[in-house]
Amino acid sequence: MKVKALNKNTKNNLITYGMVILAYVVMEILMKAGMVSSLLQGLLVPLCTYVILAVSLNLVVGISGELSLGHAGFMCVGAFASAFFSNYTKEALTVSGLRFFLAILIGAAAAALFGFLIGIPVLRLRGDYLAIVTLAFGEIIKNVINVIFLGHDSKGFHISFKDAFSMNMEPDGEVLINGPQGITGTPHDSSFLIGIILILITLFIVINMVNSRTGRAIMAIRDNRIAAESVGIHITKYKLLAFTVSASLAGVAGVLYAHNLSTLAAQPKNFGYNMSIMILVFVVLGGIGNIRGSIIAAVVLTLLPELLRGLNDYRMLMYAIVLIATMIFTSSPGGQAFRERYSLKALLGQKKQKKEAE
Amino acid sequence: MKKKALSLLLACAMTFSLAACGNSGGDTQAPAESTEADSDAEAGGDAETPAAGDGSVFKIGGIGPTTGGASAYGIAVQRGMEIAVEEINAAGGIGGVQIELNFQDDEHDPEKSVNAYNTLKDWGMQVLVGSVTSNPCIAVAEQSYNDNMFQLTPSGTAVKCVQYDNAFRMCFSDPNQGLESAKYIGENGLATKVAVIYDSSDPYSVGIYEAFRAEAANQNIEIVSDAAFTADNKTDFSTAVQGAKNAGAELLYMPFYYTEASLVLAECSKQSYAPLFFGVDGMDGILSVENFDASLAEDLMYMAPFVANSDDEMVKSFVGKYQEKYGEIPNQFAADAYDCVYVVKAAMEEAGVTADMDASAICDAMKTAMTAITFDGITGKGISWEASGEPNKAPLIVQIKGGEGVAL
Repeated sequence: MKVKALNKNTKNNLITYGMVILAYVVMEILMKAGMVSSLLQGLLVPLCTYVILAVSLNLVVGISGELSLGHAGFMCVGAFASAFFSNYTKEALTVSGLRFFLAILIGAAAAALFGFLIGIPVLRLRGDYLAIVTLAFGEIIKNVINVIFLGHDSKGFHISFKDAFSMNMEPDGEVLINGPQGITGTPHDSSFLIGIILILITLFIVINMVNSRTGRAIMAIRDNRIAAESVGIHITKYKLLAFTVSASLAGVAGVLYAHNLSTLAAQPKNFGYNMSIMILVFVVLGGIGNIRGSIIAAVVLTLLPELLRGLNDYRMLMYAIVLIATMIFTSSPGGQAFRERYSLKALLGQKKQKKEAE
Repeated sequence: MKKKALSLLLACAMTFSLAACGNSGGDTQAPAESTEADSDAEAGGDAETPAAGDGSVFKIGGIGPTTGGASAYGIAVQRGMEIAVEEINAAGGIGGVQIELNFQDDEHDPEKSVNAYNTLKDWGMQVLVGSVTSNPCIAVAEQSYNDNMFQLTPSGTAVKCVQYDNAFRMCFSDPNQGLESAKYIGENGLATKVAVIYDSSDPYSVGIYEAFRAEAANQNIEIVSDAAFTADNKTDFSTAVQGAKNAGAELLYMPFYYTEASLVLAECSKQSYAPLFFGVDGMDGILSVENFDASLAEDLMYMAPFVANSDDEMVKSFVGKYQEKYGEIPNQFAADAYDCVYVVKAAMEEAGVTADMDASAICDAMKTAMTAITFDGITGKGISWEASGEPNKAPLIVQIKGGEGVAL
């Protein structure tokens, strides 16, 4: 019984990995054959970004059972830390592969640090309170980044929280982080291949963590905090671990995001709570705790508004309607009953019965 | 029964949306295939060259926010372009070839803007007019430079919008506006003590202020107070105005948009503080703010590329058509966009491009043509372009007199 359960689990995970690799191979073949539109080619890296975000948030929301609404904040930290590094070393480090590798490490480390620091006070709270406080922290990160001015000249680094003049830079100086204007001119280092590799690494970390002693401890805390505590599980340690790992993976997604566009500014649109909720929607729609579902939901919901471009002004309206309909279809009792009655299995079964009757 | 009705409804909704997906997918597919065929033939499929037109129309793409917080600008640009395209097509097109316009929404987001750009590329765009807002424009410029696609932005004011040689702009750049306004204030001896209020969350406002500040030193202008506000906190200006008043500023410089400016003016009147007011092109539209006492704006000066009540024939005709079609007075965004389409026409005629050329060849020809043309439009006369992409046009200072903007 135990062996069987384990096998089923492994098989399930292999399907998830296989799905990602298959998607990569299919896309590569189609691209080589020249059958992919430039819209889709341009969307490949953002898709990877959102998949990583969804999977990493699922670790907190699904596995650890904490409702976090500040995920975009960690993405923001990772994006800015890495874009700053890449811009600063653009001339010194010309090997883009190595530079990007270091940028990923820096982005992940910076986001992990923030996740850890924010996690200490935040994880003392539960439920709605936790959601609200993480929401606030996400906004704080965005707003703090908007007032940072950082430049570099022959005398070293200058920083100001007021405006670019207060740094009193030498004429040869270059402003690297320009407050609300953010960072411009980040090298275009992200690629589909790197994105896929990062997804696989993310999956590897998350799936292995879930199936390990640590993961069982985290899930035990989620299911019954008091019981978990009574058997000697260190609550704070495990919750903080899940939160930090999740933040760090979001930071990696931020690195991918920042190196795909030449301009990076912390605006409500890309790093505000709208984005955090967007990521939460991926997780909820894909099924809380279901890693593969998160991947599929992230891909579908990112593609949908682009595929609906033909509808012009009604595009975002349709997007919302599709979202509501999908939620009802997958999660409401009525929708579930409908699915059961008209599922592929049931339809095939009916046909068989009919044939038998004939 | 109820359940059945509900599920039926849902099924309908899903089918409809899927059908919609299918449609739009079909639209983008056809040009995409031809794109691939071309690039395969030329470069082994790796380098993506934009599709060559089928020779019957010029395909002009536009990008801007038509939904979301910045939609007012994007919609104005879209409408301005539509009017210009209709006029040109009615008059026989460019060298006898009609223009087809496709305007895509970018929600004022760099990532979505690149998506919109790629959508247009699949459609077979030959020339791009956009993006409307600065940050998305910088992101798109990176792509258009890689593809060698001619780009003319109506209102991307940030310096980096036109950093590549394929990109040009219709409007003044941010530093240019700051520089010109400091010069104007200094040369006309309007004031020596100036207070500045600016929006620190808006690159447009910060960019202008930085250049203003740099030039102020040369013009013997002292900045006695500066106060910043952000997009999240832009309703209460009492501290900012108080600061300017206490510092004894003779002139209040306001490099931001008219909605916030109306609040600043109201606050100044409340505190019975009456310095000279000086704004930038974002001030255009202040008289149309609802519930705003227009008399407060009396004597306000601002830089404007376009005055809607001008006597100029071209402006009159444009404003008339715009009002008739959309029921409102066009703002500077619409005017810039209108001129953009005519500039594209002028540059195309100068370069002698034909509709069957591909985007890259058109771009090469138009890049040189842009520096050769002199353009008379509704946002200025005798405009010419540097190879750097910046327009040379005289700044126009407008002062509000008796409830109307009058060019100084």
